[in-house]
Amino acid sequence: MIYEGKQKIWSDYQKEIPDDHWYYVRSCIRQNFFPASERMFTEITRGVLGKDVYETPYHTTCGGIAYHCDTIPQETVMTIVARQFALMTEAGYENYVASCITSFGNYSETLETWREFPELETKIRENLWKACRREFKKPKYLAHSSDLIYHWREEIAKKGRFRLVNRETGEPLRIVEHIGCHYAKMFPHKGVGGAEYPYVLAGMVESWGGQVVDYPERRHCCGYGFRQYHVKANRGYSVSNTHKKFESMEPFHPDAIITNCPGCPYFLDRWQYVIAEQTGKTYGRDGFGIPVFTYEEIAGLVLGYDPWDLGLQLHQVAVEPFLDKIGIEYDPKAKYLGLNREDIMRPGLPDSIKCF
Amino acid sequence: MKNIVIIGGGVAGMEAARQLLALGYTPIIVEKANALGGHVASWYRLFPDMTPASEIISRLKKEIAPANVFTGTKVISISREKGDYSLTLDNGVSILAGAVLFATGFKVFDASKKEEYGYGVYDRVITNRDLEAWLSGGEDKRISAPKAIGFVHCVGSRDLKAGNSQCSKVCCTTAIKQAIEMKEKFPKAEIYCFYMDLRLFGKKYEDFYINAQRDFGVHFIRGRVSEVGETIDGRLQVKAEDTLSGKPLKVQVDNLVLMSGMVCNQSVSELVRQARLDIDDDGFLRSRNNIFDILESNRPGIFYAGACTGTKTVPETLAEARAAALEIHNYLQNG
Amino acid sequence: MADFGFKLSKSSTLDLDRTDTRVYDILCKTDPDIRTCMACGSCSASCTAAPFCGMSMRKVILALQRGQDVRPMLGKCMLCGKCTMVCPRGINTRHLILSICKYYD
Repeated sequence: MIYEGKQKIWSDYQKEIPDDHWYYVRSCIRQNFFPASERMFTEITRGVLGKDVYETPYHTTCGGIAYHCDTIPQETVMTIVARQFALMTEAGYENYVASCITSFGNYSETLETWREFPELETKIRENLWKACRREFKKPKYLAHSSDLIYHWREEIAKKGRFRLVNRETGEPLRIVEHIGCHYAKMFPHKGVGGAEYPYVLAGMVESWGGQVVDYPERRHCCGYGFRQYHVKANRGYSVSNTHKKFESMEPFHPDAIITNCPGCPYFLDRWQYVIAEQTGKTYGRDGFGIPVFTYEEIAGLVLGYDPWDLGLQLHQVAVEPFLDKIGIEYDPKAKYLGLNREDIMRPGLPDSIKCF
Repeated sequence: MKNIVIIGGGVAGMEAARQLLALGYTPIIVEKANALGGHVASWYRLFPDMTPASEIISRLKKEIAPANVFTGTKVISISREKGDYSLTLDNGVSILAGAVLFATGFKVFDASKKEEYGYGVYDRVITNRDLEAWLSGGEDKRISAPKAIGFVHCVGSRDLKAGNSQCSKVCCTTAIKQAIEMKEKFPKAEIYCFYMDLRLFGKKYEDFYINAQRDFGVHFIRGRVSEVGETIDGRLQVKAEDTLSGKPLKVQVDNLVLMSGMVCNQSVSELVRQARLDIDDDGFLRSRNNIFDILESNRPGIFYAGACTGTKTVPETLAEARAAALEIHNYLQNG
Repeated sequence: MADFGFKLSKSSTLDLDRTDTRVYDILCKTDPDIRTCMACGSCSASCTAAPFCGMSMRKVILALQRGQDVRPMLGKCMLCGKCTMVCPRGINTRHLILSICKYYD
């Protein structure tokens, strides 16, 4: 691997990311899958870094899941997107940041569609006006929330309590970075570092002390693939894609996987249990899986937040071996206690993959 | 007698000079590199007879000894002066020329632009040019007892997205030549050529292909490589579609050789602008007519030879250079 | 094992590193011309059996190169000799078919 070669490509895909005043929209599903991630984003940006990040309860789904499942036409999606832009305009913002990669892709795709077919933009403006009497300006800057954490990665490192380093050996931890397909594959110039060698997560890993693992199936989809997962008859395709990635990364013995998409960490995490059940194989050491994190969770760990406040007890794959490597303290007994310190019940533990 | 300036001292410029000398002129060659020979000088052997490139170059050099040669020199300006052209070189020399021959050639496509192939990122991805340098006896740590080698045809050729729609003509046959050369050096290595279609149009090229198939067991896979990744032991995982069976295909190789194509030489664009020459859609110089007047530009007294007007093989380039010398002779005789 | 109602799907990817080409390699010795096939499809286009049962000499040779069992397809061949007639590379397909049969016998 020639690091300078990647640097050269990264320099071709720089993205302007304003330093403040963002209109933030959440994902439909992330709060269920990784309940602290979006809270962590607002905590870091507002609390730790003191940025102006605005949210409105009137925000809805962007329609991305329905669009990619072929249940609503693009015109409907674009009208929903137009409404989100109207909410941003009404709130007085022009920098739009989406927590979801599907949404980010959806917004990018909509803006590009309007650029290529201006008559559609006119039509969508009419649709929106007829539907809810709203008008909008297009965002001046569109970002994914991982772009912002990437933008502030050095400040987070400076304020951090931990580094992605093996406490015992002093070696950097080996991290696989997995980028959601709709982040840059459609429009490589909209992503930090482009689509072949994206830098958005790699930059975080490097700034926080880890080492990025590049493996042959790095660019491959996590397997979610909307219709592949949501239609049960197709679900085998979903898990097979995930399986392909794990088979490819296995020889590199990664310590963890960092992701920036709602679906990817979910499927890379949960499918490890299904694969273990179906094949008897696990990909971490000693019967464990490879823990999978969102970038907000990793940022939270670096900043010293309690792992259970970060919602890591909701992961399928045990995160404890990873915490132990870094030396992050946690109370095993508190893993399944709620915010009110009462028991939130324990999941059944599988035999096929080691979990706590 | 009027001066003739040849811009470019590759095989086109040298062969034109050789013919002009034979016709009784003393042409002036201006070559920006420090030595004559152009791209061919960096090649090891030439298809289809495995002729050493150095033989061609040294023969041409010997035969053009009486010409005036400026190496390490660039033409910095050109302008029309009555019926002639006034040229200024970066060494301060000014020349009034009755005719100017552009033999400015091509550039090799920068393979790192095809990001998915990982040239400049993955250690053992090399180009046709790198391999040729290694075959010439150069050192290359990236090549070490390979068990499998892949050749990717059409890298930067026939690729609208890479900005070059043209076929580079030489790459298919070069890949076959290099595949045979590698098989001679590493008989046990599996060799895969990934092609879209094989363009073996020249004399003996098809024989060369049959030779590679039958006698060297080179595998030809119809499908363009879509993505390359690096394995834990530094090998390369290559993905393509086996379009003949309609299935995705993958294979690991120790070296992947990218057949970088020929693209237009943009370093002459300033001169082209000054001389008010027409540029074709593909960026190459536009001939007055692509059938009858390939060697003539849109300006009187300015002629073309070789790959400055489009991709060409060495014999085609040499033939054009000879013809251009005659065109210049006729022009100077008849005005 | 838990029943999820779905399973890992079999990949259709041809993995050349895991392709068993022993049969093809043996045939390259008995019928070296097999290597010169350029997949033009003349054989399949003129094959008597092709339109009715999917027989194709081009596919047979490709399947051999990809390590697949060619017997089911080859069983449809009627040895009429037309493919040998039309092959521009002069591959003796009749000889090849008999060599394949001989190998499997």
